[in-house]
Amino acid sequence: MDLVGLLGFNVFTGVATLALITLGLGVIYGMMRIINLAHGEFMMLGAYTAVVAVDAGVNIWVAMLVLPPLIVGLIGLLIERAVIRFLYGRMMDTMLATWGISLGLIGLVTTLYGNVVRGVSTPVGSFEIGRYGASLYSLVIIAAALAALGGMLALLRLTRFGLILRATMQNPRMAAALGVSPDRIYMATFALGAGLAGLAGGVLAPISGVSPAMGAAYIARAFITVLGGGPAIITGTGLAASLFGTINELVAFRTTPVIGDVVLLLAAVLLIRVLPQGITGRYLRRSL
Amino acid sequence: MIPTTARSGTIAGPAGFLAVVACGLALLFGAPHVTESFGLVQMTGFAALAMFALSQGFVWGYGGIMSFGQAAFLGLGGYAYAVSVINLGDSTLPVLIAIAVPMLFAAALGYFMFFGRISDAYVGVITLTVSVILFQLFNTTSGSQYRIGQAELGGFNGIPAIPVINRIGEPGEQLDIEGLWAVAMSALILVYVLLRAILASRLGRVIVAIRENETRAQLIGYDPRLYKLLAFTISAGIAGLAGCLYANWGGFISPTVFGLSMSAQVIIYVLVGGLGTLIGPMLGAVLIQSLIIAAGTQSMVDSNLGLGLVLVGFVLLVPEGLVPVARRLVVGAAERFTARKRATPGAEPAAANPALAEGGGR
Repeated sequence: MDLVGLLGFNVFTGVATLALITLGLGVIYGMMRIINLAHGEFMMLGAYTAVVAVDAGVNIWVAMLVLPPLIVGLIGLLIERAVIRFLYGRMMDTMLATWGISLGLIGLVTTLYGNVVRGVSTPVGSFEIGRYGASLYSLVIIAAALAALGGMLALLRLTRFGLILRATMQNPRMAAALGVSPDRIYMATFALGAGLAGLAGGVLAPISGVSPAMGAAYIARAFITVLGGGPAIITGTGLAASLFGTINELVAFRTTPVIGDVVLLLAAVLLIRVLPQGITGRYLRRSL
Repeated sequence: MIPTTARSGTIAGPAGFLAVVACGLALLFGAPHVTESFGLVQMTGFAALAMFALSQGFVWGYGGIMSFGQAAFLGLGGYAYAVSVINLGDSTLPVLIAIAVPMLFAAALGYFMFFGRISDAYVGVITLTVSVILFQLFNTTSGSQYRIGQAELGGFNGIPAIPVINRIGEPGEQLDIEGLWAVAMSALILVYVLLRAILASRLGRVIVAIRENETRAQLIGYDPRLYKLLAFTISAGIAGLAGCLYANWGGFISPTVFGLSMSAQVIIYVLVGGLGTLIGPMLGAVLIQSLIIAAGTQSMVDSNLGLGLVLVGFVLLVPEGLVPVARRLVVGAAERFTARKRATPGAEPAAANPALAEGGGR
């Protein structure tokens, strides 16, 4: 019974982690049809922001939850202005350019901080599920994922900015005719997606080794989840993260995390054979 | 962004083809007389990577398939060769296995991708993801329980001391440096000729037609899914052979062959050399690899930074690549020359002009 409780908790954590690392990618892809191959490196920058801030004596919660999204969002903004905005509508070129940015960021961080693994200590302890100990930090991850998903949903549903965002996504020309600058909206969306990636990196910094190439460990799962989710950003990310996170955790529990990823990939390949547009391409089409 | 100017059957076609083959043969027989063994070893590596670039240039430039995880096939080929040659001793069959394993893998993966009719971008993401996961998978194979026959996979450290290709049927007679160069370079020339033959055949023309306009090709009666799968599988076989040569060249293979930077490098070779050409990717491979080696001797800046800047720079500024740009410059100069000739009284109008303006062959 305790084991079932622990496993359930782990599955929940796995789903939350997956949703957290996918949301930024999903926002940029869903809104702008850009597959951001530098997503993993944005997460890496978020994690480095947390490490550097903690070393500088900043409060750990601020260093993990506040600074990474702000700083990585700003970096995303700069990258959008410098590179991405010249490539809108050219999907393959944006993929290549973001891949170049990904390599460049790995190289830059390696040059600045060296190819070493750094870390932040977990700020909270553990609690007990029956005979087993579980990390309280998992609760932080779950809370962060829920807050990020809920925040995005509220932003898109309830605010004027969200309305404009959705309108631009649906029909940029019409939005432009009504006085909205799609260029600015795309800029803001890219920065928003980058900021969410930064948040994921900051939150995951204490439980993963922080190194220049750490992004590669996450992007496979994030890409699979975005593909599986389909066009609706929030619902798709949530559903696909629930499905794949559960599969991944259960398999990883029985075997190893890497086998978990392999099975995840197989599940995704089977899924897209049946539902090429992802889950929300067929079901719940009108959701966000 | 696929250039529509790369058409076959223009006057530069056969001439360019013969010129490339002649250059290749000159290198094959000339290089051992000119360079020391160190240079020859380096050039053998270049030949393997040039073949890898050809596989990417074919599937991406002609098939229009965004295979962003081509390193998966390079690695599978390398590992397939290493495992089978350690078990079998004689290298003839392992070379064929190194081609067959990636092709089977690509056929299975491609079935799900192309028959699922997912969009081009998704193909890119899935192939990339597959290579990342293979990297992680092979990284965890350390320990003696992960062995295939007598070959230990060795996890992050990979498989050391892979036997070099031997004379056919004589396992003891392993090739020396010069012999391996001859094999690698001849294989490269053969693959180039094979690809040119495929592109000149009906199969190749249908593959290019699907790249140009999938719906139209389908309406004419060709099944794009099948032809894409064929192109993908052929390129996987070529990448596998390149992986086999790569393993021979280094004498060892490790999971880094599956790495993202390997897939990125081959994309950069093709993009720098020229998408939609075959000579471009090969030249790109040699150029970029020389630059990486030159940059490797300094330790101030990580080479990824340079590669990233090259990739972004080419996408923004020279998206068609160096070979098409150079060709356009040459053709432009030739046109100006013939135009001047035409202006002089009595000169014949240059009949070849329209063909020249079409942008040359491959």
